[in-house]
Amino acid sequence: MTTVSASPTVHEVVPSAIIRLLKLLPWLLVAALPLALPGYEPLATQVFVMILFALSLDLLVGYAGIVTLGHAGLFGMGGYTAGIFSVHGITDPIATAVCAMILAAVTGLMFGAAMLRTKGLTLLMLTMASAFLLYEIANKATGLTGGEDGLQGVSFTPVLGLFAFDFRGKTAFFYSLAALFIVFIFVRALINSPFGWSLRGIRENDARMVAIGCPIMQRRIIVYVISSALAGLAGALQAQSTQFVALYSLSFELSGNILIMLILGGSGRLYGAFIGVPAFMFAQDLLAKQDPANWYLGQGIILIALVMLAPGGILGIAERVIDVIKRRRVRNGHRDS
Amino acid sequence: MDTATLETRGLNCSFGSNRVITDVDFTLRPGERRALIGPNGGGKTTFVNLLTGRLRPSSGNIMLNGEDVTELGEARRIRLGIGRTFQITSLFPKMTVRENVFLAVAECEGIAGKLLRSVSSHRQQFERVDELVHRVGLSDVAGVPAQLLPYGRQRLLEIAVALALRPKILLLDEPAAGIPTAESHVILDIIATLPKEIAVLLIDHDMDLVFRFAQQISVLVQGSILVEGAPKDIAADPRVREVYLGDSKHGRPAAA
Amino acid sequence: MILYLISVGLSVTMGLMGFVNLAHGVFAMLGGYATVTFMNRFGIPFLLALTIGCVLVAALGFVLERTLYRYLYGRSELDQVLFSFGLILVSVALVRIAWGPLAQPIQLPDYLRGRVNILDFALPAYRLALVGFGAAVIAGLWFVFDRTLFGARIRAAVDNRAMAQSIGIDTNRLFAAAFGLGTGLAALGGGLGADVLAISPTYPLQYIVYFLIVVAVGGLGNIKGPFVAALTIGLADTACRYFLPEAGSIFIFAFVFVVLIWRPNGIMERR
Repeated sequence: MTTVSASPTVHEVVPSAIIRLLKLLPWLLVAALPLALPGYEPLATQVFVMILFALSLDLLVGYAGIVTLGHAGLFGMGGYTAGIFSVHGITDPIATAVCAMILAAVTGLMFGAAMLRTKGLTLLMLTMASAFLLYEIANKATGLTGGEDGLQGVSFTPVLGLFAFDFRGKTAFFYSLAALFIVFIFVRALINSPFGWSLRGIRENDARMVAIGCPIMQRRIIVYVISSALAGLAGALQAQSTQFVALYSLSFELSGNILIMLILGGSGRLYGAFIGVPAFMFAQDLLAKQDPANWYLGQGIILIALVMLAPGGILGIAERVIDVIKRRRVRNGHRDS
Repeated sequence: MDTATLETRGLNCSFGSNRVITDVDFTLRPGERRALIGPNGGGKTTFVNLLTGRLRPSSGNIMLNGEDVTELGEARRIRLGIGRTFQITSLFPKMTVRENVFLAVAECEGIAGKLLRSVSSHRQQFERVDELVHRVGLSDVAGVPAQLLPYGRQRLLEIAVALALRPKILLLDEPAAGIPTAESHVILDIIATLPKEIAVLLIDHDMDLVFRFAQQISVLVQGSILVEGAPKDIAADPRVREVYLGDSKHGRPAAA
Repeated sequence: MILYLISVGLSVTMGLMGFVNLAHGVFAMLGGYATVTFMNRFGIPFLLALTIGCVLVAALGFVLERTLYRYLYGRSELDQVLFSFGLILVSVALVRIAWGPLAQPIQLPDYLRGRVNILDFALPAYRLALVGFGAAVIAGLWFVFDRTLFGARIRAAVDNRAMAQSIGIDTNRLFAAAFGLGTGLAALGGGLGADVLAISPTYPLQYIVYFLIVVAVGGLGNIKGPFVAALTIGLADTACRYFLPEAGSIFIFAFVFVVLIWRPNGIMERR
């Protein structure tokens, strides 16, 4: 008679306030990490920074459909901004982070307005070229950036005047976690807004978007600027928590890595970044220890396997599994009744 | 004399050395029901693309409500009141029926740029969405991704999306194309009940549909207008019969 | 010029298959490794080693197209980018395991070193040879594409694959063959250019952006375009390094941006 669908959905049974609290739970658990696993704060901070960076990339790759292999350019831009400001006497972390975001956003605007007129291979190449350009500039301007040796002597005053950056990394931990949380809320709101929906439309059929009167160039530039600002923020957080800025933060290698991290978790799904980054860093730790060549090999194979077998990343696989389970339940439900 | 809603003057379009549209003067009045017919390859879809701004003419002008819009891009012209459906279905495949229509409603009402208010808070817009979805008879599949719909229902969704733009001019490019005659009456009904204020240009090969729908018919052959007139005049015109080697009674031009 | 040799193959395969193949540099690298290994290990003379290398790499390209690439034709750009990037990583790793992480030394044959006197100018023989090869390749490709049946078939398939298939052209094998041609050309460039663009495991990652630049600036599916692009970029780069040596590669990238803003489809757009 009645099928499984007669059982009430989660939303009907549990009041929404409790659901909100449940969604906060993972965050609270993570925030309690320093109690459970002291000594892992620097690693965790690094993970938070990379997740933030991956989230910014997801806006472009997963939602707007802009594939970029040069996003590290914006990350490094933020990092060097914060670092250079600090070396020259401006050391408030939040102020420098905001400046980093602004400068990264401006950089994104400049490059984006030029690049986003193109598409396909040309666009991809320009994203790479833009990052290489910044890399070369940073490489040569050794007086400003420290060149190959990286930017040394970076230090910051206490956050909000209260929490000093300690050697253990506890301040950096909570500081980055808080930033990540705020950005997460922001990105989630963005994705669920009409703007976010229009981005998906642009990704799925940009010709149709034009035919419904959408100014697609404008939208893409806006999302590119937002994404750049967030990437810049991640870069600034990196500089602030490690007190160092390396040329690597502008490199093609980092652009590639962050893309892989995102795809591994699953792009276009808000939580993909949260899963892909730790998974990647774990795999990296495992494979790169013995021989860097193994890590390249492993990365390459994972990437090829992902493309051929699991384009949705880990979350994509999870979605398919849940789907199968749901269908089995319906079938069993039918059989029982 | 009321201003024409849509007008072209001396419109020409070439691809390289290939002249596709030659010296077309065309007028569409408010509320008019016009059909554009002609053999395949005659330039009908190219003409529509020129009207909406997807293609740029080599020379000539396009006027919308008396304003010259020749230099304007497609998105701008759409926002000025032109809506169209595509001959080859062009929707947002992974998004649901409701989402497809919402995108169009959002653009039309100017809220598509809103960054932080959630979509679900836009109740008014969703009311319109549901209304439109109901109008084309897709309420039962409102939550289904567009790519999973059967072809005929996708064509209906195309129309809903175009209507969502509150167009003053609607260009329907073979709306019933590829739909078995048994099911095409749904589309015919919708076309028949389109608001009177909208000027509609219908492009199609189905002569039954064309003759039932049109007040005026334009015949486009090899890029120029052969003849224009009321349906019965067109049906009787020997030149038109010649162009369509088949008998107009059967309604299927042999060239199709 | 080296860039041209390597990139023209990419322009062909990309224009032909519409496939974003970042791994093109891999084939150039393998051509370089093959040439160097044959010369250093087996004492085979330069030109012969180069030829064998090209043929081997072309064969490899053919096989890879049939086994892996073909599954990705309809896929999104992102998937193709990821796939080819993964391919780069795998080859970089394998090459590193096989040949070690250091750059391969290459001894150019005597007739390519030193200078040649032409009309009062003492020109480096090597550069002349490169230009010569470039010209030969352009002429050869033009001949193949314009004059032979193979070339006509390829052009047909690029224009309209379905149509070509329905008139009996085996597009599968055609694409594989064209891909082999493209990769073979890349190997030629890699081997010839081994002195300038050092052959090391990081070759594809280091130089990929330059190949893409030449192809994008030159226009996809073009044979002449990348030639013009490579020449222009090469000249501009040399001029800039002469006047502003500190600027390094900055100039090329800025230059490329400007060019592509001006002409988003490349300098010589294909009509």
